[in-house]
Parts: sequence; C-alpha cells; structure tokens
Amino acid sequence: MKLKYILPILFLALFTVSCSDDENDDFTPPTSEVEGLRLIQELDNDTHTIELYNKSGMFYTGYNAVSIRIKDKSTNNYIENATMSWVPMMQMPTMQHSCPNTNPVKASGKNTVYTGTIVYQMTNTDGSGWSLMLDYIIDGVDYMVSDTITVMQNDNQNVSSFMGTDSSRYVVAIIEPENPIIGNNDLVVGVYKMENMMSFPVVENYILTLDPRMPGMGNHTSPNNTNLTFNVADNKYHANLSLTMTGYWVLNLKLMNADDEVIKGEDVTDGNEQSSLYLELEF
Amino acid sequence: MKKLIIVLGVIYSTFSFGQDTLPSIEKKDTTQLDEVILITQRKLSNYRQEKTLSSIDDYLEKSNRITMIKRGNYAWEPTLSNMTSERLNVTIDGMQIFGACTDKMDPITSYVDVSNLKKVTIASGQEGTENGHCVGGAIDLQLPESKYYDFGLKSSVDLGYETNGNYRTAGLDVEYSGNTFYLNADGIFRKSDNYDAGGNQEVLYSQFQKYNISLQGGYKLSDKHQLDANVIYDKATDVGYPALPMDVSLAEALITSVTHTFKSDSTFIKNWESKLYFNTITHIMDDSQRPDVPIRMDMPGWSDTYGFYSKVKIEENKHNLLFNLNGFYNRSLAEMTMYPNDSNQPLMFMYTWPDIRTLYSGIYAKDTYALSGTSTFSASTRFGFQNNTIGEEVGLESLQIFYPELTDSKNRFLMGVSADYQLKKDNYDFAFGLGYGERAPSVSEGYGFFLFNSFDNFDYIGNPYLNNEKSIETNIKFNYYLKNFKVGIESSYFYIMDYIIGEIDPTLSPMTIGATGVKIYTGIEHASIFDVYLNTSYNFSKTLSFNGTIGYNYGQGSNDEPLPIIRPISYLAEVAYTTSKFNAALQLEGNGNQTRFSSFYGEDETPAYGVLNLNLGNIVNLKSNKMVFKYGVENILDTFYSTYADWNNIPRQGRNFYVNASFVIR
Repeated sequence: MKLKYILPILFLALFTVSCSDDENDDFTPPTSEVEGLRLIQELDNDTHTIELYNKSGMFYTGYNAVSIRIKDKSTNNYIENATMSWVPMMQMPTMQHSCPNTNPVKASGKNTVYTGTIVYQMTNTDGSGWSLMLDYIIDGVDYMVSDTITVMQNDNQNVSSFMGTDSSRYVVAIIEPENPIIGNNDLVVGVYKMENMMSFPVVENYILTLDPRMPGMGNHTSPNNTNLTFNVADNKYHANLSLTMTGYWVLNLKLMNADDEVIKGEDVTDGNEQSSLYLELEF
Repeated sequence: MKKLIIVLGVIYSTFSFGQDTLPSIEKKDTTQLDEVILITQRKLSNYRQEKTLSSIDDYLEKSNRITMIKRGNYAWEPTLSNMTSERLNVTIDGMQIFGACTDKMDPITSYVDVSNLKKVTIASGQEGTENGHCVGGAIDLQLPESKYYDFGLKSSVDLGYETNGNYRTAGLDVEYSGNTFYLNADGIFRKSDNYDAGGNQEVLYSQFQKYNISLQGGYKLSDKHQLDANVIYDKATDVGYPALPMDVSLAEALITSVTHTFKSDSTFIKNWESKLYFNTITHIMDDSQRPDVPIRMDMPGWSDTYGFYSKVKIEENKHNLLFNLNGFYNRSLAEMTMYPNDSNQPLMFMYTWPDIRTLYSGIYAKDTYALSGTSTFSASTRFGFQNNTIGEEVGLESLQIFYPELTDSKNRFLMGVSADYQLKKDNYDFAFGLGYGERAPSVSEGYGFFLFNSFDNFDYIGNPYLNNEKSIETNIKFNYYLKNFKVGIESSYFYIMDYIIGEIDPTLSPMTIGATGVKIYTGIEHASIFDVYLNTSYNFSKTLSFNGTIGYNYGQGSNDEPLPIIRPISYLAEVAYTTSKFNAALQLEGNGNQTRFSSFYGEDETPAYGVLNLNLGNIVNLKSNKMVFKYGVENILDTFYSTYADWNNIPRQGRNFYVNASFVIR
C-alpha cells in the first residue's frame, strides 16, 4: 500500500532532478602575464633579452600575433616603458624585402607585455631567410637587437601574395577565426599593398567577395556568408563565414577596388571550381 | 516547467486518497473503435496472418490502414492513414521510444519482435492520443499481461524457413507461472540473405540478421498489487538497405520497464498502472560494404528515453473514465563523419541531430459514457507541455548558420480533443468521430542538419521555428450484417494546418555529393488527406468464407500538389477454409495504377500490380504437447513488382515458399 504514495514522489524527484543545471565555478588564480603563450625565440644584446611569444611557439607563414617582453639583464626585471619598432626582413638571392606588420605596443591590461603583428607572405622550405631587427627606446636611450628567425611554411595557404590587374602587388592574409567552429565565424582578413620592398600599407575601402567551398564535397558551399568589408576601427576586413562541417575549406575571394574593378580573383561557377585568389582553412 | 510537473504530481497524489471508500461498480464492456492486431503466435488464425514467425512488420501490414514503407527487407516504416512516423505516436506498451537514425532506417517496430508482444493496438487520429500527441494516430505495441495462472513450466520452440533469401528463423520461449510469481524468457533469431525479386533477380544489399531476447517477470505483492519488470534487448547487425546508399552495421536497443499495477473491482479506482521506463538505442550506419560511393562516411546515432506514466481507470455509474499522466525525457544525438578521398585533408564532421533533449509532460483524460445499452459516447482530451533544448553548443552554432537568432531552448504547448459516438445494433453498427489535435515537429523536422533523403534526392534542414502541426479530423464507420453477409464502409478525413513538409530553398547548396538541392522544413498552409475502405465478407458455410476490401486514398496540399506516399486504389480478396485443425487461404492482393503521384515531392508513377498468395496451417496434438505448422507460397506467380511505398522503387520479393513450425511443450 505504501508504494502508491512513494511512486508519485519518486516520479517527481526523478523529473525535477533532470531539470537542474550544473553550475561551473570558473576560478583561476592570478598567473604570469604570458600564461598560455609559448616562447618562440629570445633575441639577445648586451643589455637586454627580448622574449618573443605566441600561441604555437613558432613563426608560421601568414598572420602572426606576437607578444614581446624585454628583460633587463642587470636586474632581471621586465621593462614596462619601452617604445618599439621592428623590421622583419626576408633575404632573397638577389634582393631583400620586408612584409606587412604593425609595431609592438603595450598590451592593454598588461605591464610587461607588448604585442605586434607580422604577416610573413612566404618562406624558404627549411624555414630560413627571415631576420628580425628590433629598435626600442627605454627612458630616452635607443637600443637595437637583430637576429635571424625561423619561419615555417603553414600547411594551408593562409596568406596570398599576388600581382593585381592594376599592376600593384598585394598581400591578403587571414587573421581570424583562429579556432573555426561549425557555425557562423567572424572572418577577419588583412589586405596590404606592396608599395615598395619595405612598405606594406593597409588597403582601405576595397571589397573582397567571399565564397567558401569544400572541394572534397563536390564544392559544397554554405549559406549566409557576407562579403569582406573594411572596418576603419581596426584597419581590417570583416565578414561572416559560415562553415557547415569540419574539414578542408577553400575561401574563394575576389578583390575589388572602390570603383568595383576586379583586382584579382574570379567567381566560382560550374566551369570554374576555384578562384585564383583564395585562402585555405582546416579544422 | 517544474511548476507544471509539480501540479500534475499533485493531481496524481490526490487520486491516491479515498480510494477504498466507494461502493463497487459492475464492470462494463467498452466498445473500442481501435483496431487490434492480435499476435497469435501459436494459434490458427484464418485471417491474413499466415505465419507464426511473421515479423511485426508483416503483422502490421495486414491492417487496412497501415502501409509499410520499405527501404529494404528489414525495419519497415509503418504509415497509418497515409501518415508516417513523425505524425504518429508509436509506443511500446505506452512507453515512448524514438529511433536513433536520422534517415528513418530504424522505426520503433524494428526493435521488438513477435515474441515480445501480445497485441498491437492501432488507433486512428485523435483516438490515438492516450500515450502522446499525434495527428495521424497511434500504434501501441503491447507487452503480454501478467500471467499468474499457476500452470508451472511451459516452453515452446519455433522454427521457420523461407526459400526466398534463404531466410532462417529460430525462437525459444520458456515460461514459468505460479500464483504469485511468473517469469517468461524468450529469444528469437532471424537471418536472411539477399532476396530475389520476381524473375529471380537478386536484390543486392537486402540481407539482414537480428536477434531479440526478452525477460519478463512479475510478483504479486498482494491481492490487489503487483509488480512487473520487463527487459527487451534487440540487436540487428549486417542489415542491408537496397533502396539507400548506406547499410546498417548495428541497430541495438535495450528497453526496460518496471510496472506497478493496482487492480480491484471493489474500489473507486478499478485499475491503476504506473510504469517507470528507460530505453536506449544505438544505430550505426555505414557504407563499408558498398564498392562505389562518392565519399566514405560513418553516421552513428543515439537515442535515450527516460519516462513514466500512470494510468487510472475509474468506473462510475455509466461513466468509464481513464486518466493517463505521463512524461518523458529524450536525448537524440546523431553525427556524421566523412572521410575525404584526398587523405591529406582532415575528416569532415557534423552533428546531424545536435543532441536534442525533449522533455514532455502531459495528461490525458477520457470518458466513455453509455447512453443506452447499444450506444456510447466518448470524449477524450490531452494537454501537454514540451520543451526542446539543443544540448550540444556545436549543434546550436551549426543551426545558427540558418537561424542566426536561434536560442537553445523552445517550449511548446500541445493539445488534442476528440469525441465519438458509437451505436451497435443486431444487424448494423455505426460510429462517428470528430477530433482536433496538434503535434510538435520531430527532431529531424525541427533540428535536422543536412539530412539526405534518397527518395527525392534532397538534403533536408530542420526548422526550429515551425508551428505545431494542427489537424481537424472526422471519421465514420458503418457495418451492415445480413445473415452470413457483412458489408462495411469506413472513411476518415484529415484537414491538416501548418502541414510540415520540405520546401526547396534554391539559394542553398547541398552537402551530399550528387544531391539535387536543399529543402527546408516548412509548414504549408494546409493539406487534406482522405481515405475510404469498403469491406465485405461472406460465410458460405462454417468453414468456408470470403472477404474482400477495396480502398481509396487521396492527399493534397494547399500548393495544389498531391502529397507524397499516398496509397493508390488498393484491393484484397481472400477465400479461406478453416477447421479447428486445419486452415487454408488463397489471397489476391494488389494496387491500382498510381495516377496521382507527386512528382513535386520526388515520386514517380508506380504501375498497378497484383500478387497471389496461398497459405496453409495445421495443428497436431501429441499428448499434452502441441505442434503448429504454417506453410505456403507467397507471390505464387513470381510477379516482379514494387508498390508506391517502396523507397526508390526497389522490387518486392518474388515467389517464396515458407514453412513455420512451433512446438509447445508443457
């Protein structure tokens, strides 16, 4: 007889338990300012050690966000008031050239870490050829450090360097998403014009049409992608990139100037599987 | 959500008080409009259920209103009144259970076997809402009742062989029954090679193999209280689907339940049955047996359901009341991994069912009121609350490609009402019913992600914003008896609003290689489905009888397109000879030309066909033991044919000789 009183309570208990949510307490203790980053290389001179960090601990072709710390060799303290500029340089057999980059500036919310970006548009197969020269000023005194660095070839084409129909050279590099998801991704791309061997200013107010495809799936594409447009705030191009599954994706692009003239690339059609301007993505 | 459950819980609890105080009421027989298929494994039945070892699918197909959609020789999908599983409420003894295959390769009926069941109750339209919401009706596969018969030990062995496909079946059943305790264990094994269509044409990938074991036991706590437990384990391996580009390497189900029953003739509550259940399904599609595919892929799916129901029957004066409070929680997850032909590329992965959790609770009430000795009026209603949550963040993000504003949770309120009137006289009976019902979209309809449908060659995308599908229905049934002659007509009409069906979105690119395009589930304004059957029978003598049925079905959407998978004109004629020891029946069964096919939804015209079957049966008594033989020939003329319900027109079995033998040992 008791059972019939217990049963409803049992049911109740069962079904209320299933509704409750687990709560996660995310408590992380304070840590080092380079937590989560890996050391790429140290550059030394007589007075300072320059530590270069990024997430992978390696330079790869394409867009690199670099974190820097300057350690004073005499005190072992990290410098908090430096101003910096750098020049990455590629030594070719007959000439040398630089690449698109932004100078390191103090990272927001950090005391000792400076961040800058470098877009390596190419490298030698063994990773050689590049060097980095860093000028920095601490308390009005100029310092300099320079060394060769290793830049490995990325497995995917995440940067493209090409001659446009306007006879200018351009560099287009993917910046985000770093960790693509199945779903809508914020695609961020940098577009730079090669004015000369040393100058790669950001190209403003062009448009890149976007057509992501999976060559392994009969050139399947995804819906609701938008064209890449220039954002004045961060000097980069932004778009929505939707990815319907993991795998190998080709982002077909077509670069158009402010007058809608095609600088590089073609539409993907039945007869043309891929644009001559494209970036690759794998996840 | 919690509130509703609590409220229902309180209602439930209040019923439990004061039950012993009311005077006893004589039990009255209630006429049921429902169709009941008895699974009479070891009896001679003279009507269209020829084999003792028929699969559940075969049993169901004998019903007028049910058609089985065939994608192969195994796991047929039942349709009722021209409506498929998402419009139906298919349950196992009131338990909700949901297939784990995104391509409907594992209807619930494939996870049980005849050895598990006693009967199948088929209810059309809103009469089928006792266990859940539906539009088309319900199929409840009922487990055997408790057996406190004190007959001791009884066992039986079943063996079957069919020439077409070299189909072998073996079953073993052991029962022990005491006064306060019983235990029943059974197992069945089925294996078939590829079958041959008419003209000895082998249908590749039509093989299958499965076994099913079940254990049921009960204990009588007291005169009025008993506790039953049931476990069914079903495992199919190496199942071919000739109509589909993939096969199934594993379809596995574990179905468990514990039931408490209170039974008393002397109390206000006559019968109170409460069940707690859990079932889990694993379904793995693979294409490793296919030599030629555009891309290799794995498509596993899982479905887990936890639930309960509590049913109370009350008889008071001329009222016959039934309440059913139930709830369930289901998790459906399916994924797809594709292996690129270029092995340097990474695997391609997606969630096709992104871990959809469905939480439902609802209550059903029905009153059957005896207006007079010959007529009854009954009314029923069901209210329910359903919440769907996308459990997998990746899945939510995937769907946000199509629905950027989508959130992970959606609530729906569902209801259904029906009323019917029945009149039974000596030489005629009559029934008329009206109903209104709603259903929530299925997991695929709401949340499917690039589900390929080989029937129309489109990829399907679910639509979480779909409205509930609503249906207004009416049905009528009339039988007239004149001595040995009976003629009957039954008809139903459904007017369905926000009818859920896939609509082409030309802007989308298919995922599946070779697919024509992408369809998104939408609700078309309305659709109509109509059917009418004329049944006649004539008994020439006590042993010789004739019966015949002819049926017509019609379905049309508000877009002026015929609905897909609507049965064309169908007919069945049977002459049967039956004595207590022997039976024989000759059947002619067929369909007319499918003139109203739906090219819009990927159908083509299926030509008319007719097949002839002969079946025979004997019972031999050997002392206290019994042997039952069933044997015969199906498709005697070896006709090559397919029906409108055969996926991609795969041909049906050609000539088949079969024999089933059952030995009942006491």
